[in-house]
Amino acid sequence: MHNKTLADIIAGLNRGDFSSVEITRHFLDRIQQLDGQYNSFITVTAEAALASAAAADQQRANGSVPLFCGVPMAHKDIFCTNGVRTSCGSKMLDNFVPPYDATVVENFANAGAVILGKTNMDEFAMGSSNETSYYGPVKNPWDTNCVPGGSSGGSAAAIAARLTPAATATDTGGSIRQPAALCGITGLKPTYGRVSRWGMIAFASSLDQGGPMARTAEDCALMLNVMASFDGKDSTSIDRPVPDYSNYLNQPLSGLKIGIPKEYFGEGLNPGTEQAVRDALAEYEKLGATLVEISLPHSNLAVPAYYVIAPAEASANLSRFDGVRYGYRCENPKDLRDLYMRTRGEGFGEEVKRRILVGAYCLSAGYYDAYYRKAQQARRLIKQDFVDAFQQVDVIMGPTSPSPAFGFGAKGNDPVAMYLEDIYTIATNLAGLPGMSVPCGLVDNKPVGLQIIGDYFDEALMLNMAHQFQQATDWHQRAPEGLA
Amino acid sequence: MTIERADIEKLAELARIELNEATIAETTRSIADVLALVDQLQAADTEGVEPMAHPTDAVQRLRPDVVTETNQREAFQAIAPATEAGLYLVPKVIE
Repeated sequence: MHNKTLADIIAGLNRGDFSSVEITRHFLDRIQQLDGQYNSFITVTAEAALASAAAADQQRANGSVPLFCGVPMAHKDIFCTNGVRTSCGSKMLDNFVPPYDATVVENFANAGAVILGKTNMDEFAMGSSNETSYYGPVKNPWDTNCVPGGSSGGSAAAIAARLTPAATATDTGGSIRQPAALCGITGLKPTYGRVSRWGMIAFASSLDQGGPMARTAEDCALMLNVMASFDGKDSTSIDRPVPDYSNYLNQPLSGLKIGIPKEYFGEGLNPGTEQAVRDALAEYEKLGATLVEISLPHSNLAVPAYYVIAPAEASANLSRFDGVRYGYRCENPKDLRDLYMRTRGEGFGEEVKRRILVGAYCLSAGYYDAYYRKAQQARRLIKQDFVDAFQQVDVIMGPTSPSPAFGFGAKGNDPVAMYLEDIYTIATNLAGLPGMSVPCGLVDNKPVGLQIIGDYFDEALMLNMAHQFQQATDWHQRAPEGLA
Repeated sequence: MTIERADIEKLAELARIELNEATIAETTRSIADVLALVDQLQAADTEGVEPMAHPTDAVQRLRPDVVTETNQREAFQAIAPATEAGLYLVPKVIE
């Protein structure tokens, strides 16, 4: 039952093979039995899930229903859910129960989805290992001594452990793609502006983008059909028709050109990861695509530019957490300054504080031109590299992350080592391009992800290419031992 | 660019974050490392490059200046740390 994809579940519900209550209960039971080992959920909404499953079964008995009617899934705990605690992985929001739903949450509710709960994540989505969560680290179902990646590590681990067939996630510098790679699942970060950010707790507003995580590209297409929408409540949402992403999955790949950036195969890339990615590229040649070596010459600027822009925007966004209107407040503040200082000092974890301070530094008087302006210029150079590349090729492929899942504490208290985990994913956020990770191999029984980067709004082509790969290979069907 | 404990204390004041005395040395060191990373930008030739604020260079969308939201004061204040008579409570600001 838990090995069913979203597509299988939708078909099974439509045929009457099982009810929504049955499948929902199955996943809730698994969460209860197994999640003690993985810590992938922060909040499980069992009662509400069973009630909405029962309502979905009733609705189905009465006639035609929306596509996701009665289909269980989970939301990353960064999406506001009306009446359900939304912590963003932080002590600061441990008691925060939003009075409204995020647009993404509303879209899935309108489509009939049943929500099993809210998944664990790095605090305020700042991290690549899930070790910064106030609720404790998530463990990788492939090897519980290893991290699941981050920041959407709870969503990725829950899907890998078959505790949910799918989950929402967000990606500011790689937070969908890197955990998808490390947990052996499929994840897509859409073009900036494709999915509404309204009600998605902000980290770096010019980079944040929500997207789907599931086991297959076919399921990601089904989810993106629901998630993508124009939203007047998000001033950066793009008013552009949403295609039916499922319609393009079976297009042949013959004649397509895949760009292979030489900068993504340099020093620091694990040899096993490289081999798995090269094998995947050879599979694409068999499917009729042509490989073209390309260059993205400003790739080395991506990580430094990101660690100016993301902390700068974070320092502004996180100034709203002041202990006055909602969230954590320190005990017995002696005056207003003390209220602010201690609320924020006690409510935020170390990594979040570090990024706020770095951001404040980059934006402070006298440093703005040297840091923020310079980073925004570098950002344009990075974007132009991609624009030039897409004159020659249809998509770009390479590794998602430099190596498979690493052990807890492996990056110690060295933030720079952790930041380099996103060396291949950050540039697409800076450029606003869509990126995807697809399982393409195992190294020491740990999953490897193939990254697919598309041109603006080319999600349909990326999903098509991922789906065709998944028709020819079975990496996406592999499960951690004992969990299939 | 070297960064000292005094710089971090000033930033913490600007950002209204109380730092833990036990970890401030470690915080200073790790922020210095991050700033060394971002200093790699200084080597880039960005002469004449227009700074990029938005990935697709979109402009701010405007909407008609009409009321679209209803007042939900009770719902919003229900989740506040301290309120009284419809007001948010904070420590006394003026003696």
